[in-house]
Amino acid sequence: MSRLIEQDLPAARTGSNSNSPVDDRELQRRVGRLTREEWAEYAIALACGVNVAVLLRLLLDWDDMLGTSLIALGVFIGAHYVVLRERSTADVALDKSVTTTMWTIGLIVVGVLVWMVAYVTVQGLKLLNWSFVVNDLSDVGPLDSGGGAFHGLVGTLEQVGIATIGVIPTAVLTAVYLHEIRGRMAGLVRFIIDALAGLPSIVAGLLVITILPGYSGFKAALALSVLALPIVTRGAEEVLRTVPDNLREASLALGAPQWRVVMRVVLPTAQSGLVTVTLLAIARMVGETAPVLLTAFGSTSTNTNPFNGPQASLAFFVYDLIRVADVRSNDRAWAGALLLLLIVFVIFVAARVTLARSERKLGRR
Amino acid sequence: MSGVLEAEWEPPRDGDDPWATGGTTLVTEPVPVVDPNGPSSLIAHDVSAWFGSRQVLQRCSLRMEANQVTALIGPSGCGKSTFLRILNRMHETIRGAKVAGTVELDGQDIYGEHMGVTDVRVRIGMVFQKPNPFPSMSIRDNVLSGLKLSGRSSGTSKDDLVEECLRKAGLWNEVKDRLRDGGMSLSGGQQQRLCIARSLAVKPRVLLMDEPCSALDPISTRVVEETVMSLAHEVTIVIVTHNMQQAQRVSNECAFFLVEDQAQAGHIIENGPTAKLFSNPDDQRTLDYVTGRFG
Repeated sequence: MSRLIEQDLPAARTGSNSNSPVDDRELQRRVGRLTREEWAEYAIALACGVNVAVLLRLLLDWDDMLGTSLIALGVFIGAHYVVLRERSTADVALDKSVTTTMWTIGLIVVGVLVWMVAYVTVQGLKLLNWSFVVNDLSDVGPLDSGGGAFHGLVGTLEQVGIATIGVIPTAVLTAVYLHEIRGRMAGLVRFIIDALAGLPSIVAGLLVITILPGYSGFKAALALSVLALPIVTRGAEEVLRTVPDNLREASLALGAPQWRVVMRVVLPTAQSGLVTVTLLAIARMVGETAPVLLTAFGSTSTNTNPFNGPQASLAFFVYDLIRVADVRSNDRAWAGALLLLLIVFVIFVAARVTLARSERKLGRR
Repeated sequence: MSGVLEAEWEPPRDGDDPWATGGTTLVTEPVPVVDPNGPSSLIAHDVSAWFGSRQVLQRCSLRMEANQVTALIGPSGCGKSTFLRILNRMHETIRGAKVAGTVELDGQDIYGEHMGVTDVRVRIGMVFQKPNPFPSMSIRDNVLSGLKLSGRSSGTSKDDLVEECLRKAGLWNEVKDRLRDGGMSLSGGQQQRLCIARSLAVKPRVLLMDEPCSALDPISTRVVEETVMSLAHEVTIVIVTHNMQQAQRVSNECAFFLVEDQAQAGHIIENGPTAKLFSNPDDQRTLDYVTGRFG
């Protein structure tokens, strides 16, 4: 195998140990890239897989796309191993074969994700424009076009915003209790948090509506908090676990009381992880429909007051309009879904950029 | 000697309430007349230690005089690090750790009722085996972290304090132009000197060092050793080391710890001037250890 040596080394330079200021970049050896032979191996295997798929379709008249693809995939990986085995030992062939399998699975997962986002984007772009963002459905009759998701946008931002503001301090304090203070009740608290994590979202909605009858966005925020609390708490606990103990020791040895250790050292060190955990919880809350349906009821007009009266949310908007047998409504639902994706995306990027900036300031990677 | 002192790090008792803001405690006993900013002597008397029910130290007594560097030597697992951690009450941060005996700082028992635990740790600083600068803080903030963490003010201007401490730790010239960079951007040896500067910023009377060079390369080790020697006249230093050449280089006094039998606890075999311990020890076991016959 001549994977490494791609070109002859300049004879004059070989073996010289001089520290010349010459740019030696041309001496760099190409390591870890696919050679022509390896590309050929992949091509042969791929051809086998595609051939099998075509044969199944033409000769046996299979029209099951999914089944055919899976069989072709299996043939591809098997054929690749057989081809590899021609030129290398079983160990090397197996190693490469597993690498190929992992890459293939990874590509499939990424592919599905890209496909979903692309599909929502294409469908959503039909209607998504500024007018869609700033209008609601209050004056839109069954046969009208136009209208928008402003009422849902307001609802989602308010409900998720309130829930996030409530959940972050509660969850972080709980995590601090569980991992930093390690109080007597830690076991019990952890058990309850775990039980909460398994709570179906519709039950969270039922719970809130039973205790506090009447519809409002705030009650939806309460139900969403119940869902987000265990996620953020357990996530934050895991993040606190990654803060090295020697930082706590160093702080204590400097004469710090425990609360200052937590506030000034542990939480700042864990900040990046805590933000990630919060983002995950926000993404989860933004997509919840069932608890919003039960507690905020939903609406077609804009209600900016989260404490009084029914309110919609984007997830509710999508749910409400996609189940109607009407193309105009369905298009609005897709546009709403795209808007939902965009909101999550914007929040993610904003948080990441803020974090990166604060970390770059300290020269950390 | 007092009885076993229950010192588990659990419910904060009066006087050392970790939620208290000031961290200051009423000192009722008269403080002996000593230079309030100078080094202090530390006297351990009959110190024993346990982890759970296992005793790891047995009746260790040692005077660590002001203006001296005292080295604690001995093979691994002999309890010298535990002894060091007892000297500034870091031992009790470990669950199930217990301690007996007294440790006197300028005549006051640091385990006494009137001593706040945070107060003790401000007066008796510690440098750890592995460099542990705070990753979320800049170099400057790392130096000042002790003030913020213990809720004290510096008295002098902060810039002056940062420069003074970094100079004492022998790091100023290397970092003076990048004080705003993160503490983790430094090399291992620089990080350890930053940790020393950080400990010095709260003006401790005693500085405990737990194998401060064991994670460092020889050149960084030399710089840290020079720092230790230059600090000896302003702060009492107690240093744990595995390296016997290092003990000879930096210390005036030396104590040899040993566990003779696995069932027993570690104790001090011999202590005295470093030169005597290494050339003409009273105990055969000390001679065997310092000449490299075991350990």
